[in-house]
Amino acid sequence: MIRLGVVALVLTLLLVVTISARGAVVSFGGMFIVDDYAIFFKILVLGASALSLLIAQEYLEIRGIARFEYVVLVMLATTGMMLMISANDFIALYVGLEMQSLALYVVASFHRDDVRSVEAGLKYFVLGALASGMLLYGASLIYGYAGTTSFSAIGDVVGALQGATPPVGLIIGLVFVIAGLAFKVSAVPFHMWTPDVYEGAPTPVTAFFSLAPKVAAIALLLRVVIEPFGDMLAQWRQIIVFLSIASMLLGAFAAIGQTNIKRLMAYSSIGHVGYALIGLAVGGEEGIRSVLIYMAIYLIMNLGVFTCILCMRRREEMVEEIADLAGASRSNPMMALALAIFMFSMAGIPPLAGFFSKLYIFVAAVQAEMYTLAVIGVLSSVVGAFYYLRIVKVMYFDPATEPLDRNYGPELRLVMLATAVIILFFFLYPEPILSGAGVAAASLLSGS
Amino acid sequence: MLSIGLAHYLWVAAILFAIGIFGIFLNRKNIIVILMSIELMLLAVNINLVAFSMHLNNLIGQIFAMFVLTVAAAEAAIGLAILVVYFRIRGTIAVEDINTMRG
Repeated sequence: MIRLGVVALVLTLLLVVTISARGAVVSFGGMFIVDDYAIFFKILVLGASALSLLIAQEYLEIRGIARFEYVVLVMLATTGMMLMISANDFIALYVGLEMQSLALYVVASFHRDDVRSVEAGLKYFVLGALASGMLLYGASLIYGYAGTTSFSAIGDVVGALQGATPPVGLIIGLVFVIAGLAFKVSAVPFHMWTPDVYEGAPTPVTAFFSLAPKVAAIALLLRVVIEPFGDMLAQWRQIIVFLSIASMLLGAFAAIGQTNIKRLMAYSSIGHVGYALIGLAVGGEEGIRSVLIYMAIYLIMNLGVFTCILCMRRREEMVEEIADLAGASRSNPMMALALAIFMFSMAGIPPLAGFFSKLYIFVAAVQAEMYTLAVIGVLSSVVGAFYYLRIVKVMYFDPATEPLDRNYGPELRLVMLATAVIILFFFLYPEPILSGAGVAAASLLSGS
Repeated sequence: MLSIGLAHYLWVAAILFAIGIFGIFLNRKNIIVILMSIELMLLAVNINLVAFSMHLNNLIGQIFAMFVLTVAAAEAAIGLAILVVYFRIRGTIAVEDINTMRG
C-alpha cells in the first residue's frame, strides 16, 4: 500500500517536472497559478511526501498501525499543499490550506489507542483551527478594503497607492493573515503547538510534519507577502523581523534542556524557520533565493535526521530519548555516522550543506545592511551548535547501556545513505539547487 | 432614525471574533466550548464577508462565505471525531486534563 502511494507521488513529481510550460500559466479564473516558483516548491513537497511515506512503513508495522488510511491521508494532505503552493487568490489559498490541515489533524492522531498521539491531534486541531480563523478574518478585511480576493488584483490596488499609507483595514488584515500563516510555519510567538505535536504524534508523522507542510506553508507565506503586498514592504517587514528574531532565539535556547529527540527536533525546526524568515525580511531576489535554498537543504537534513530517529529501536520497541543513543557509535556505526553528519550540518559546520544554506541567508542580510538580524542569527546558531553537538557527544563518548537494534530495513538504509551523501558533497555540485532557487525567486518577483 | 451601515456589521463581527478568541484562551472547562468558539470565529468572518459583499456590490464575498461554511462543517466533524477518540481513551474532555505532555 505504501509502495503504491510512493509510486503515485513520484509519478506526480515527474508530471510536474515534465509538463511544465515556460513562464506563468493561470487557470480557474486566475485562482490557480503554475510558475517556476510553484514548480520548485512542488518538487520539494512531493519529494518530501514520497520519501516520508517510504520511511514510515516499518514504524507503522512495529506499532501495529499499518492501515491503508495513512497513505490516503498523506496524499490528500499533499494535494492540499500543492493547491496552497499554486494559490493565486484568497479563496484558493483557504481551500488548499484547509484541505491540508484537515488531513493533518487526522494523521496526527493516527495511533488512536495511544493517548499521546490523540492528544497531539487534539492540540493541533484546536490551534490549527484558531490559526485558520485568524487567517480568514484577515482575508475578509483585505477583501473589504481591496475589493477583491485575487492576489494580482490586490497587488494592483496596493501598487496604486504609490507609497501612500495604506488603509488601516488593509494593514490589520495583512497582520491577521501573517499571524495565521506564522502558526502554520510554527514561528514564535505562534509555536506553542509544535513541541507537543512533534512529541506526541507517531514518528513518521512527525517526520512528515517537519518536512512537507512546513515547506508548503513557507511557500505560501512568501507568495502572500511578496505578490499582493510587495509594495507594502515597510508595513510587513517589521513583523517578519520580529518573528524571525524570536524564533531563532527560542529555537536556540529552549532546545537545550530537552531529553526527547522529537521534542528537540521541534525546537530545532522553530529555529530553522527563524533563519529562513531572515531571507524574507531582506526581500528582493537575493533574499528570496536564499530562503528557497535554505528550505531545500533543510528538507534534506531533516529527512536524514528523522530516518535516523526511525532507526532507534531496542528489542523491537521504538525508543526516542536522547540518552538511548548512548554508545550508538559502537552498536550502529553507520547510523551514528549519518546522524553525526546531519547534526554537524544543522549546526552549520563547513563544508556540509547546512553551512552553505546559512551562509546564503547571512550574506543576503549583510548585503541589505540588516546587520542586527545577521548578528543575532550567527549568535543563536552558536547556541544551537551546543545541543546539536551534544547528540554527537552522547553517541560517541557516553558509556553504552543496552545496544540498539540493527535490523532496520533497506528503505531506511537507502534514504539515510542518499541524504548523508547529498549533505556531505553538496559543495562539489550545488548547481541544481542554486539555479533552481534562482529561477524560482525570479519568477515570484516578476509576477508581482 | 438610525440606519445600520457597514460599520455596525464590522463591529458586530469584530466583537464576535474577539469573543471566539477569548473563549479559546480563557475557557478552562470543556473542549466542546472550544469547538463552539471556533465556530463563532468563523461565523464572525462570514458576517464580515457578506457585509463587505453588499457594500462593494460584489459577489465574491458571498461565494467566499459559502466556502467558509462548507469547510467549517468539515472541520467541526473532524474535531468532534478526534474528541470522541480522546474521550474513549482518557474518559474526560476537561481542558485541564489534557496534559500528558508538557506545555
